[in-house]
Order: sequence, then C-alpha cells, then structure tokens
Amino acid sequence: MTGALLRAEHVTRRFGKLTAVDDVSMQVRPGEVVGLLGANGAGKTTLIRMVLGLIAASSGRVELLGGPPDRERRRRLGYVPQGQGLYGDLTVRENLSFSARAYGAADPVLPPALSRYADVLIRDVPLGAQRQVAFLAALAHSPDVLVLDEPTSGVDVLAGAALWDTIRAQAEHGAGILVTTHYMQEAQQCDRLLLMADGRLVAEGSEADIVGSTTAVAVRTDNWAQAFAVLDRAGAPVMLEGRAIRVANADPAELGEVLKAAGIEASLQKVPPTIEERMLILARGAKAS
Amino acid sequence: MSYSVRSATVRFGSTLALDDVTVEVPVGSVVAVVGGDGAGKTTLLRALAGEVRLESGTVEGPPRQRLGYLPASSGSWAALTVTQNIDFVAGIYGLVGDELIARRAELLDRAGLTPAAGRPAAQLSGGMRRKLGFVMAIVHRPSLLILDEPSTGVDPVSRIDLWRLVSEAAASGAAVLMSTTYLDEAERAAYLVVLDSGRVLVQGSYDQVRAGFPGVVTQTSEPVREEWAWRRGRLRHEYWPGADPPTGATLAEPDLQDIVIALSLARRHMVPS
Repeated sequence: MTGALLRAEHVTRRFGKLTAVDDVSMQVRPGEVVGLLGANGAGKTTLIRMVLGLIAASSGRVELLGGPPDRERRRRLGYVPQGQGLYGDLTVRENLSFSARAYGAADPVLPPALSRYADVLIRDVPLGAQRQVAFLAALAHSPDVLVLDEPTSGVDVLAGAALWDTIRAQAEHGAGILVTTHYMQEAQQCDRLLLMADGRLVAEGSEADIVGSTTAVAVRTDNWAQAFAVLDRAGAPVMLEGRAIRVANADPAELGEVLKAAGIEASLQKVPPTIEERMLILARGAKAS
Repeated sequence: MSYSVRSATVRFGSTLALDDVTVEVPVGSVVAVVGGDGAGKTTLLRALAGEVRLESGTVEGPPRQRLGYLPASSGSWAALTVTQNIDFVAGIYGLVGDELIARRAELLDRAGLTPAAGRPAAQLSGGMRRKLGFVMAIVHRPSLLILDEPSTGVDPVSRIDLWRLVSEAAASGAAVLMSTTYLDEAERAAYLVVLDSGRVLVQGSYDQVRAGFPGVVTQTSEPVREEWAWRRGRLRHEYWPGADPPTGATLAEPDLQDIVIALSLARRHMVPS
C-alpha cells in the first residue's frame, strides 16, 4: 500500500536482553487519526521513537513520509509530548515565536481563547490552555504528520473538546495523526486503533476488534457487598459499577456456581467488555507466561 | 447513614472556590467528583475532611481517627520503604504488633505490593505509588475514605486494580468520596458529582443524570450553531437545550461526556437548564 505517511514493517527493537518492540507492522495514512493503545511498558514509546528516527530499529524498516526518517523529513512533523515541551519561563507569545522560528514558519495567530494569556508565563497558564499552546506550536509549520502523546489527559471536558476540534481539522486537511493513549475517551475519538502488549501488536481495528474475545459479566444482587467479597476471594477480576459488580473474562455459569455455593442469589448477564478490561487480561496473561 | 457537606461556600481571597455545594456520601457507596482544573474538586474533598474553613454551610464527617485521606500528591514518603510507610501511618492510629503485621500483609496482598514490600517508595512506578498511598489511607479501616485523584497519570491496568481496591473498601462498609478526571470512572461510581467553577453542574447516579438531562443532542458533520457543537470522532455533536432540533436531524444517545459538555456550554451561554 502506497501513500502512508508513517510506516513500520516488521520492526523489532532490542535493549540488551529485553525485546521492547517485537515484529510490529503498522501505518498511518493521510487524513487518518490512529490511536496507539497499550499499558505502560507495552512498547508504544519505543515504537514511536523508531518511526520518528530518534532511535534505530534492531531489524525491520521504518518510513516517514515515504523515506528514511532523516532531518529533512522530520521538519514536516509535529510532535506534542505529554509534558507539552514548552518553556515555563517564557510567555505564551514567546514560546510560539521560538518554535515557529525553529521551523522557519511565521508566528501563529492566537485564537480568542488564548489571547488573554499572550503575555503570561507558560507556568502560570492553566493546563488546558497550555495544551492548546503546545498544539499551536506544533502546528505552526503545517506539518504533514502529527504525533500526540495523551493529548487531552487531565484537561477538562470542554477544553478537551476544543483540542479534538483542532486535531480533526488537521486530519481533514490531509495530515496523518498518531495518538498514543491509554484512555477510553481518547481512543473513542480515533478512526482506527492499534493495541500493543509486551512489545507486540496484538489487535487492530475498531473498538470491537480491540476488545476481541474478552468477555465481561454484570452481577446484580441485593446482597452486593457480600457477593463482591466472595468473588474477590475466588480470584475473579471484580469491580463495582454503580450497584452492580463487573467481572472481566468470566463465565456467567461458573460465577453463578460460586455465588450459589455462598448462598447468594444473583442475576448474571453478559455485558460489552471495555478496552481496559482487555488490557488487564493481556497484562495478567503476560505475567503468567 | 451518610456523611455530607451542605450548602457549602468556600472563598480563597476573591476566588469563590465552592458556591453553595451540597453533596452526600452514603456509607457503602463510591461517590465520584469530576471536573477540570479549578472546578473545586480538591476544595470539596478537603471541606468534607474538615480541612478548609467554610464561609457558610455545614459538614458532617466522622471523628478524625475514622477518616482516611489520600492527597493528590503521592501520599507516601519517598525515602521510606513500602513497609515502613505503612507501619508509620498505622502507628499513628495505634495499630501495632501482631494486628499490624496481619493487616499489613492483607493490604499488601490485596494491592499486589507484596513483592515490593522492601522497596523505597521513590523506586515504585506511578501506579504502585498510588496503590501504596491508598493502602496507607485505609490501614486503620476508616469509615469515611477521601481520595484525591487516585488514578491520575496511572496506567490502565493499575487503574483497574485501584478501582477494585476502592470497590472493596465500599463493599466492606466505608463511605468513599473520590475525585477523578476520567469520566468512565464517574460512570462506574454509585453517584457522580460534576463540578464546574465551584458549582454543581449535575449530580446523581449515572442513570438519574441521563434521565434528568434536559434537551437533546444531535449528530452531524455540519452543525447549525458552531457554539453549541463539539467533536465526537469524525462527526460532531450539537446540543439543543429546548429539545427543538431541526426536523430530520439524527439524534445521538448522549453519554456522560456529551452531558458534561452540553451542560457546561449551557452554563456559559447562560441558558437556564
């Protein structure tokens, strides 16, 4: 398939005995917002660093904008790290000027929501506004590829919605966007998802493709506190959901038996699993093996 | 039986941090407080803990020694080991000897921290450190447990672990008030409170919040009124507070994210809802 902005083909990276990324192939095409999911240590950051040319692959091939990720191609890239990459001792306007000049672009125009912070030091600006500044800085040179690390985590819901407007506008103008995240809210904003665990790409596609064969059961009973204790002691991955108890990767019949043995009457119902439950099951599997 | 703050107003200088807020935390339940930076989450938590002075209103909490509090900062001492951290806090509550040894072992096991018992807190991952903070807040079996963003910045697997620990505390009879920036956690709580600039935007069980949501949300690629629209994937959602969308518009089933955005917009546009 041609035209991918970011591409990895059978990429592996080893650090000593540790295989941080293990035979991963993926791509990001123009106009696409791709979510890269995985728990800490799954290999997301190592994969990104290879695709951006910051570290070399042990084997396999990476391409940025149709060629090796060299300096010239990296100029057409915008990156917003989780820590925003801004200078706390510079004002909003100074930060934007600095990054625009580094890329040889014109100073970006401040949107109305940010203009009141123009001459305020970045460290005194609220987090949501800081994120918007980091985006403006990364977008000033109209990059073809955007890489965003948990772009809206910790930002209030309205500010987060404004950031997604900005991200989507870039995609509509043909940029390819890779978002690394481990939050459902962000994953649900993406067109396509990739799930990594233990260095490998374990699932790809829609949310339904990601949760795959994971199952979840909702247990409803008047005696919920006792039911919770019984299931927890039986080693089931339990959590509360309102007044119901949720159990991941469980068989309703088996759970029913456990509860019945403890003298608890309950109704059990299969419910749609979440991406996080899939990650939990993957992490436990990795530990067990 | 419940703990509560009623009609609480808190002012820091000229800033109104809480504006006539009433929140009840029933025993055996998890109440989740959501809101952005500066919404008043921490102030509400500290008000219930009796740590901020109210300008008006009342607080009903347990006696000091029946309260467990996990602050937004780490909640543990970096240079002390996991065991030393727990023993230190337990000592304050008079928990010593065999009783302490048994309680510590039980909590370490439940939090998955047993293999890290001898490690200094400074060398724990973010998720493990939050779990240690949680264990320290709960070591004396408090009847009211207050958790300030226990899951912020924690990886998804540790988040599920933490939620299980929180669930367990509620199941064994504690009243739990926790703040979070993650809406999926609020959806999972028995009750949720959405704060916006010091005021309650909406509260109740997730079902109640959904049922009581005024107006409708439509989904479209071209919103009619930009200032009432927001992104959801490739489409945009638009809020109609008077439930009067144009004919033929596609209705969306609003989730908590839609509800919070819609009500925040309504408040900013000063439309009575």
